[in-house]
Amino acid sequence: MRDPVTVRLRVNGVECQGRCEPRKLLVDFLREDLGLTGTHVGCEHGICGACTILFNGEAARSCIMLAVQADGAEILTVEGLMQNGKLHPLQEAFREHHGLQCGFCTPGMLITALDLLQTNPSPTEGEIREGISAVLCRCTGYHGILKAVEAAARTMREA
Amino acid sequence: MSLIGAPVRRVEDARFLTGRGRYVADMTLSRMLHVAFLRSPYAHARIVSIDTRRARELPGVAACVTGDELAPCARPIRAESKMAGYRATEFPALARGKVRFAGEAVAAVLAESRYAAEDALEAIDVRYETLPVIATPEAAMAGDATLVHEAAGSNVLLSRAFVQGDAEAAIARAPVVVGGRFRFHRHAGVTLENRACLADWDAGARELTLWSSTQVPGLLRETLAELLDLPAHRLRVVAPDVGGGFGVKSALYPEEVAVCALARLAGRPAKWVGDRREDLLTSTQAWDETIEAELAVHADGTISALRARVVADVGAYSIHPWTASIEVIQVISFLPGPYRVPHYRGEGWGVATNKAPMGPYRGVGRPVSTFVTEALMDRAARRLGIDPVELRLRNLLRPDELPYRSPSGVVWDSGSFVESLERARDVAEYERVRAEQRRGRDAGRYVGIGVACYVELTGVGSAIPASPGAAINTGTEGATIRVDPGGTVTASFGLACHGQGHETTLAQVVAEELGAQLENVRVIHGDTAAGPAGTGTYASRSAVIGGGAAMLAARALREKALAIAAHLLEVAAGDLTLADGRASVRGAPDRTLTLREIARAAYAGAKRLPKGMEPGLEATRFYDPYFGTASNATHVAVVEVDPETCAVVVRRFVVVEDCGRIINPLIVEGQAIGGTAQGIGAALLEEIVYGDDGQLLTGSLLDYLVPTAAEVPAIEVVHLERPSPTTLGGFKGVGEGGTIGAPAAVANAIADALAPLGVEISELPVTPERLFRLISPGGRPLR
Repeated sequence: MRDPVTVRLRVNGVECQGRCEPRKLLVDFLREDLGLTGTHVGCEHGICGACTILFNGEAARSCIMLAVQADGAEILTVEGLMQNGKLHPLQEAFREHHGLQCGFCTPGMLITALDLLQTNPSPTEGEIREGISAVLCRCTGYHGILKAVEAAARTMREA
Repeated sequence: MSLIGAPVRRVEDARFLTGRGRYVADMTLSRMLHVAFLRSPYAHARIVSIDTRRARELPGVAACVTGDELAPCARPIRAESKMAGYRATEFPALARGKVRFAGEAVAAVLAESRYAAEDALEAIDVRYETLPVIATPEAAMAGDATLVHEAAGSNVLLSRAFVQGDAEAAIARAPVVVGGRFRFHRHAGVTLENRACLADWDAGARELTLWSSTQVPGLLRETLAELLDLPAHRLRVVAPDVGGGFGVKSALYPEEVAVCALARLAGRPAKWVGDRREDLLTSTQAWDETIEAELAVHADGTISALRARVVADVGAYSIHPWTASIEVIQVISFLPGPYRVPHYRGEGWGVATNKAPMGPYRGVGRPVSTFVTEALMDRAARRLGIDPVELRLRNLLRPDELPYRSPSGVVWDSGSFVESLERARDVAEYERVRAEQRRGRDAGRYVGIGVACYVELTGVGSAIPASPGAAINTGTEGATIRVDPGGTVTASFGLACHGQGHETTLAQVVAEELGAQLENVRVIHGDTAAGPAGTGTYASRSAVIGGGAAMLAARALREKALAIAAHLLEVAAGDLTLADGRASVRGAPDRTLTLREIARAAYAGAKRLPKGMEPGLEATRFYDPYFGTASNATHVAVVEVDPETCAVVVRRFVVVEDCGRIINPLIVEGQAIGGTAQGIGAALLEEIVYGDDGQLLTGSLLDYLVPTAAEVPAIEVVHLERPSPTTLGGFKGVGEGGTIGAPAAVANAIADALAPLGVEISELPVTPERLFRLISPGGRPLR
């Protein structure tokens, strides 16, 4: 155990800081120190993708990063998707197309889909499948998620 | 339009989509301690000594507790059953005397953070004396085998047989007998949320609250009251948002007992959040059966007899409430499937080994029984030169034969077995695929089509135990519905939800039956302090039994609301309708009262009510379907096998299912597709592997493969919707079915693809390695 260090970062557009042990995982820092429990921990070894966040604009697994690595970073979590009290088109589409059941993978899935659509605004079905294969969903069989991402892509292109 | 049957978007989604779900891991109580468990590195060993002195002195550590220290505060879980010949075992919260599987909890640390608690685990000194590891049922049944449980007197914890007619004689005289030795390997449920629990002991009130990621809060409360020696009314169990269950969270776990006892000992809230390794090591696992089976058919393809011997590796402990019998009994109960089987003999044994306990997982036993029976049907078809669909059509029970008592005593109340197969054959364009298959074979391509038919008992009533002899009544649930004084509706259930969308579907049932507006109905579940007594959600029961209870309570309230409205409007109740939150006089649409106005009167006291009527607008009703109802489906898989890489690609998947009257088609489709995806994973990818030393070799999601979006094909679902004649509302269960049919359909499709090579699929999952060994016994690739 080492003395706590200060971590300063920008989360969902807000400057945040906290003190934690250097070994603390970023996901634990987000959940415990910043109270942002929307980002979930499913495996702690970088496979399930439930903990996916946008780290300086790119999808990253917050369960295999340390909080100190995020010092100075810009982070987006599921809590930051809603803008001005309105659901993000991805959130709307997941609801419309029954893209979630238990909800546990949903935050990571939304962020991963956002990352996909930022880099590829018009993905084919195969590209969506490959893109979201970074996150495990045990409930839906991915059917509703695929439909939702396709629909959100359309909405976001038209916006 | 009726709300029952409408594709209503889920009310629970808003919180999940915005990161506002509240799972156990998200909860923090003031002064809360974090629990970490020290887990056995050995599969079978005597505990010689445990020294926790160093651990206790580490910074941030509040307590370090061994099994012997915890024992005075928590009795062991004893999985009882009235089943003849069953040997009960005890599962302590923390191991005492010896450990029986790698990963069993030996000691617990309570600390200010999980990090500090895990540090302290490394400072606990345990001396073990290893014992011979029982790694297989064969080893367990050997004459001189070491006993996993000395007190049980045998490693065979249970045996049972279902017999109808004389299968031996029928097989001896049948013109065609096909058989095989089948193996469905061990499987893990892998809920995305690992198991977690948080206990808070209020020493002043002498009350304990447990929040747990469980499917069965009601069951936990009743059992924990006994184990913790606390009256049940001083115990509240809450299942908040739960990240998937699939049966894995439907038993009482030792961690739940331990965390309750630890919170009481420490006088501070105690939270344990399992990590993935703990989940793969200790959550109940499924299947792991070896089945020797023979199917005898007449020359015309009709079944004469089925005989099976099933040995199940039940792991180290029998679990409460399902016991070690849950899997194997279901296999021998459901092997005859939806077919006419005049002679049947199914025998099963549950054998203890040094592995994680066996428990229920989506489909329970029936993915295994369906795999075996459907493989045998295809083998018989090939032997007789009859098309496999045609062979099934000759044997499926027809509607005019129902209700039908199966050879194991299960009653199929109704079903659309023939219709579902014919429809699936047509939707999947069976003949076109056959033609493509023939063309492909000429070009060296291996395309196959596999069919699986099944029937399952859902909404199991009290007459038929979901697990024979087990200490649980699975047949009853209640609903308490209150029209609040302001006219909104609060409906509480003993059920618990872990993805099924009950807050939406049960609200649809309540709103429709009561005549309330959907947006004014709120469903509460998963809290023993809020709902009527019940057990929880498992075994495809909630729509049938919870939905039935909701209908009964809503109808009682509707009747009372109409009586009040009739009194206030001075008309006969029979002249009123109640819909969409408004009571109206037939033929006089301007004479109306809102539900809000009726509720206000109901709570205003006797002066505004009909003479003698009790004030209030609240009802509790319980429902028991008594027998339960049959859901059925046909699955058709089209696969292509790459003979060089041995990869199997599922090109098409069709499900034609009948879950009776549909409450919400979006949710039914989600259940059918999600279950099928799990079944495809079970067929091709997912396998728990133990070494001969009892060590788990698949302890991460790199080793245990859950299907991703890249492996799950598009799954087409057709709903037949033939209402159950025996359940209130006509509902049938739908939660498990997908997982029942898919492994068999995929296995049959692979065998069909490789039929020119004489390959039969008798072992699941069909990994590339297994397929390689099957198609190239000499170890050389095919071309």
